[in-house]
Amino acid sequence: MDFATVIQILDSAVRLMTPLLLACLAGLFSERSGIFDIGLEGKMLMAAFASAAAAAVTGNVWIGLAAGVAGSAALSLVHGAASITFRGNQLISGVAINFLASGLTVLLGQTWFGLGGRTPALDGAARFAEWQLPFAAQIAPVPVIGPLYADVLSGHTPLVYVALLAVPATWWLLYRTRFGLRLRAVGENPASVDTAGVSVTRLRWTAIAITGLLTGLAGAYLATGLSAGFVKEMSAGRGYIALAALIFANWRPWRALGATFLFGLMEAVANRFPGIDLGPFTVPSMFMNALPYILTVIILAGFIGRATPPRAGGEPYVKES
Amino acid sequence: MTRLPRWADIVLTPLLSLVLAFAISALVILAIGENPWTALTTMVTGALGSSYGWGFTLYYATNFIFTALAVAVASHAGLFNIGAEGQATLGGLGVALVALALPWPHWGLALPAAMIGAALFGAAWAFVPAILQARRGSHIVITTIMFNFIAAALLNYVLVNLMRPVGSMDPASARFPDGTHLPKLTDLAASAGIEWGKNTPANITFLIAVAACALVWLLIWRTRLGYEIRSFGRSERAARYAGISPVRITVVAMLISGALAGLMAVNNVMGEAERLLLNSVEGAGFIGIAVALMGRNHPFGILLAAILFGFLYQGGAELALWTSIPRELITVIQALVILFTGALDNMVRMPLERLWGRR
Repeated sequence: MDFATVIQILDSAVRLMTPLLLACLAGLFSERSGIFDIGLEGKMLMAAFASAAAAAVTGNVWIGLAAGVAGSAALSLVHGAASITFRGNQLISGVAINFLASGLTVLLGQTWFGLGGRTPALDGAARFAEWQLPFAAQIAPVPVIGPLYADVLSGHTPLVYVALLAVPATWWLLYRTRFGLRLRAVGENPASVDTAGVSVTRLRWTAIAITGLLTGLAGAYLATGLSAGFVKEMSAGRGYIALAALIFANWRPWRALGATFLFGLMEAVANRFPGIDLGPFTVPSMFMNALPYILTVIILAGFIGRATPPRAGGEPYVKES
Repeated sequence: MTRLPRWADIVLTPLLSLVLAFAISALVILAIGENPWTALTTMVTGALGSSYGWGFTLYYATNFIFTALAVAVASHAGLFNIGAEGQATLGGLGVALVALALPWPHWGLALPAAMIGAALFGAAWAFVPAILQARRGSHIVITTIMFNFIAAALLNYVLVNLMRPVGSMDPASARFPDGTHLPKLTDLAASAGIEWGKNTPANITFLIAVAACALVWLLIWRTRLGYEIRSFGRSERAARYAGISPVRITVVAMLISGALAGLMAVNNVMGEAERLLLNSVEGAGFIGIAVALMGRNHPFGILLAAILFGFLYQGGAELALWTSIPRELITVIQALVILFTGALDNMVRMPLERLWGRR
């Protein structure tokens, strides 16, 4: 394997990491506030469809992006109503949202475009253009660093950089602002936040809104950045991998970057080499595909590190009266 | 807040939730420019209007009974088993290995053996999440989700690399020997001199599913183990105080749950496809969650809810055939039923409680 192949794989890993990273940070906000969200998958799918449909109709990817965020936010609203307002079962609400997205996207897609659930292929201004970072062309000839900068880091669509910037932003918000302190507290012990005179309901709704925004970006990237249009079930389990990455990252933003890059890399390697020949035996691509899930189970089992989820996760908050 | 009377809690709330779910489904149908009434009549005639329709409805219902019982047993122990999909996938592998192992002379021998294979493989797949939950505190919802994906990858590998007959291109096992062919319900009806459900996949497994409902009822409400499962599900601390081992109950409940999910494969793999296909479960594991919710984790409720979902499934296929409404409408209806009966149930219950409180 030569250096050029390594660069290609890393480049592809960054692309594949992006939707995972955005969804993982989305899940981070929700779960840190004490709301389980296994509906990331459905929200991403809905956002992918809404963004592709709006971009196809208007020919403008930014309108598509807005529509994607709106689609994902609508489902977040449902999740918030179920888990905050009506104190329902958050896991079941997530399952329902995944089904709702899976059904509605095809139903609406078939009704509007009649292409069996696809949206028309996007091109030109209906897709995100690739951004060249400053001095990419000048640095490119420098050995090692040049290709890493020019080919791996530069030349992606804007949402890749949004995702990368969302990591320090999340860190800052979570650990350096009053909102972040309260958000972390509400996921651990909502009663104490309530006693301090801060509204648990409002904090949780804010967290869910951020989740909706970020999954919206993740979905829009899938349909308008990574591919050119919406295809049925195109999220393909990425919402669940993001959930796995969140556990892997122990609900922390910088580690989320590491975990999602690792999972993106695995997918990139599996795509590039369908079977990895290790001499005496071949590692099948199915194993590479299942590896994120297997690693997550091992982490959850506590054999490597220890997963400590927010303590109040999944519990509806009932104010004492 | 006043408590609702028992009948209202058991019958009225789920019924109102269902009505809400169907009302919104009707709005969805209107929104895509179709007529909800036509859709409903198409579904009813297609799924319930003939013995042919019923044959399919009952076939789907059989799948859902097994997965819903699996969800229900775990739920009585306070565990949310979202992994019935993966357990049923592995159950299929168990059935296929048994069916292909011997030249079975008669289905009467092959059926019990296949049931054991299905139950063992399904239970084995539930065992790891169960033991991790019991001993290491790993959240069973996440581990069972992960195991669904691992099951899909494993089956893909086994079918492509190990079980695919030489020279075949599809990722599927060889056909099962003729001795494993299960009698269809239409054959049973014919032997009684009745013509019923020609060319439908409903088979003898339906009767096994009904028997499983009765057995689960006995287990949960009439045995010591069932009592322990229920008390553990109600309050882990109280159960522990009463000398019930949390590890044992978690593992045993999940083994039973996994075995039930695995048994679904007798219906779809052995009874219908007669060979092991990729993705043969087709989401039935998740529908089991909806059915268990609708049936309020009671076997009789599950039987009724499974037939309702069997109707929705077959009706959906008929819709896709006769109208321009895509099959995915059923996924939407299913999502709304899960949402309203499982997550937004307080939306119905809260106003009802207020209503009762005022009297």
